[in-house]
Amino acid sequence: MTAETSLAPAPVAPAAATSGRDSVRLRPGWITIAGKELADHLLSIRLYVLLIVLGIAALIPLYFVGEDVRSAASSASGYPAIFLYLFAYQPQGVNFGPLAFTVQAFIAIAAPLLGVAFGFDAVNGERHQGTLPRLLSQPIHRDDVINGKFAGGLLAITIALVVVLLVMTGFGMLRLGIVPKADEIIRLIAWLGVTVLYVALWLAFGMLLSVVIRRAATSALVGFGVWLFVAMPFIGPLLVGLLGSYVASGATTQAEYASTIQWVARLLPGQVYAEASAALLRPNLTTVSASEIYSAQAQQQIPTLLSFDQSLLLILPHIVILFALTIGCFALAYARFMRQEVRA
Amino acid sequence: MAASPTPASTTPTDRRVPRKGRIRQRERIQIPEDAGPIVTRRLSKRYGDLVAVDNLELDVRAGEIFGLLGQNGAGKTTTILMLLGLAEPSAGVARVVGFDPTRDPLEVKRRVGYLPDNVGFYDGMTGRENLRYTARLNGIPRTEAEAKIDAVLDQVGMSARADTNVDTYSRGMLQRLGIADALVKDPAVLILDEPTTAIDPIGVVEILDLLRTLVRERGLAVLLSSHLLAQVQSVCDRVGIFAAGKLIGIGTVPELAAQFGEESARIEVGFEDVDTGAYEATAKVLRSIKGVAEVRVPERPGEPFTVLAQRDTTASVREALLATAASKGMRLSSVREIVPSLDDIYRRALHATGLAGARGTAA
Repeated sequence: MTAETSLAPAPVAPAAATSGRDSVRLRPGWITIAGKELADHLLSIRLYVLLIVLGIAALIPLYFVGEDVRSAASSASGYPAIFLYLFAYQPQGVNFGPLAFTVQAFIAIAAPLLGVAFGFDAVNGERHQGTLPRLLSQPIHRDDVINGKFAGGLLAITIALVVVLLVMTGFGMLRLGIVPKADEIIRLIAWLGVTVLYVALWLAFGMLLSVVIRRAATSALVGFGVWLFVAMPFIGPLLVGLLGSYVASGATTQAEYASTIQWVARLLPGQVYAEASAALLRPNLTTVSASEIYSAQAQQQIPTLLSFDQSLLLILPHIVILFALTIGCFALAYARFMRQEVRA
Repeated sequence: MAASPTPASTTPTDRRVPRKGRIRQRERIQIPEDAGPIVTRRLSKRYGDLVAVDNLELDVRAGEIFGLLGQNGAGKTTTILMLLGLAEPSAGVARVVGFDPTRDPLEVKRRVGYLPDNVGFYDGMTGRENLRYTARLNGIPRTEAEAKIDAVLDQVGMSARADTNVDTYSRGMLQRLGIADALVKDPAVLILDEPTTAIDPIGVVEILDLLRTLVRERGLAVLLSSHLLAQVQSVCDRVGIFAAGKLIGIGTVPELAAQFGEESARIEVGFEDVDTGAYEATAKVLRSIKGVAEVRVPERPGEPFTVLAQRDTTASVREALLATAASKGMRLSSVREIVPSLDDIYRRALHATGLAGARGTAA
């Protein structure tokens, strides 16, 4: 080290000062980048627009279902997990066809927007501004850039979702006059965690687009297009439903038919997320398998409630799948970014 | 004494790099430990069949400004990216401030300030905030960073505008902020890619002056690339002429002029009060001077005579000119030796090496 630094040409202090800094340096580059990205996101108009969109998406069904729960609450006092009704149940007399009018379903539609919005210009934005070569010429590893951006985006998303959940909980408490019990709070936190994981998948997808597509406008268009197709309950789920009924046409029993359709529907990560959040928000859901739900209905089983850890066990595969998809998407973005040319 | 082996024969570092033959293993190329801040040996970069940089041998010494000159697509940016460890060489090695950029990119990037071609900054931030981010990425403690940022902003003359948003900056201001950005880390080497492109002439002069001052005050080595040869001619101590990935000439401008310039030197001689009628007589006098090969009379009145002389005799010819003029009572207004411009040298170098048609082969 000393022999090598003596090669540094500067006859004056700089070289010594620079090498002396190594011991001072504690913080890896990705943390610095994540901090800057987080600050950028928190100050961006984007975040506030998304908060408004999410807030509207959450509060409209919350208002209607709150009305229902309130009128029922007096007679159903002592009913377990009534607070979670706010998030998981559809108000009576509202029918949106294929679109479930629940808080849970509305969040499932709007939350992915957060991921796409914070991811789509992560790398190509730097390229466009001409800051990428300058950034990469600082003493950081190349993957610090993409890791830091992912971490910063994820943190911003978590903050946004926490804010929305807190607002919803506060609103619910005001409307119902009921304070959530410990088990309900734990379930809500778990639901928040799964939602963050689901949005992380969209963030990783957005970042993949930002690496692969050179123009931010194009990657935004592709990102929001995919969101429209996959997350909105119009085209994607409809096509998957058609595909499912085609595949399931050979089914001999109703239960088998339902099960096949469900497996095909799970091609969309939104379905995986929807099942997971349903199990977390509805403790009386004892299974996520469509065929078992069908037979349970047919046999008119007595409703039982699952404890939180039982519900969690039920959706462990779902969590693993979402995690794997996120990692896969991010790994793809990472690998592409590491191989890319630095210049524009 | 004679029996003991000399150090040169035992240390592989002193072995001369073979000129011919392809070297597949990077380890076989040795760079002496006492080499300059930037050294490359047989550095090559290929993109498929395309050779962007071809066996580059470069030595930049401490305290000098080295100009890497060539057309767009000659391989300058590729070379710079390899020096910073941002692109991997296909073959050969580089050594920057004592480190191999491929193996120790962080050590190199900690000590090298880089101004990229078309430098950009984060739009939503002020100049100072942008530099602060760079300081943080370099792990400079906050208070130290603030002092450094003030110092470098002052040095590049951007103190007054440092706290306005960068999207209000002109191209020249961005360029100067870019130099400040590269200086924040107290580099030992400064690498500037096209620092004068897209800047007005006065801005160019300011930036080149700034570079001179920096080298004088900080003693750092500067490698700059440019395709505007005439602009950087004045500021470079040495230049390397780069074409189609090859370094076809290296040295000071006069050295290159001697290597690639015209056979004879040109001296312009101006006289006061010489009528067009007296041109021939004057030319005759000039031709009689020893060492003068040819005299061209002015094409328009008022223009100077052009005297061609052997390159190595220009000094004596100039003296003889003055003596003759004095003895014959001719009133000289100017005697000026025309230094060939880098553009001329570049053109000739391209022709001399047969690369004239090979432009734009690499990105």
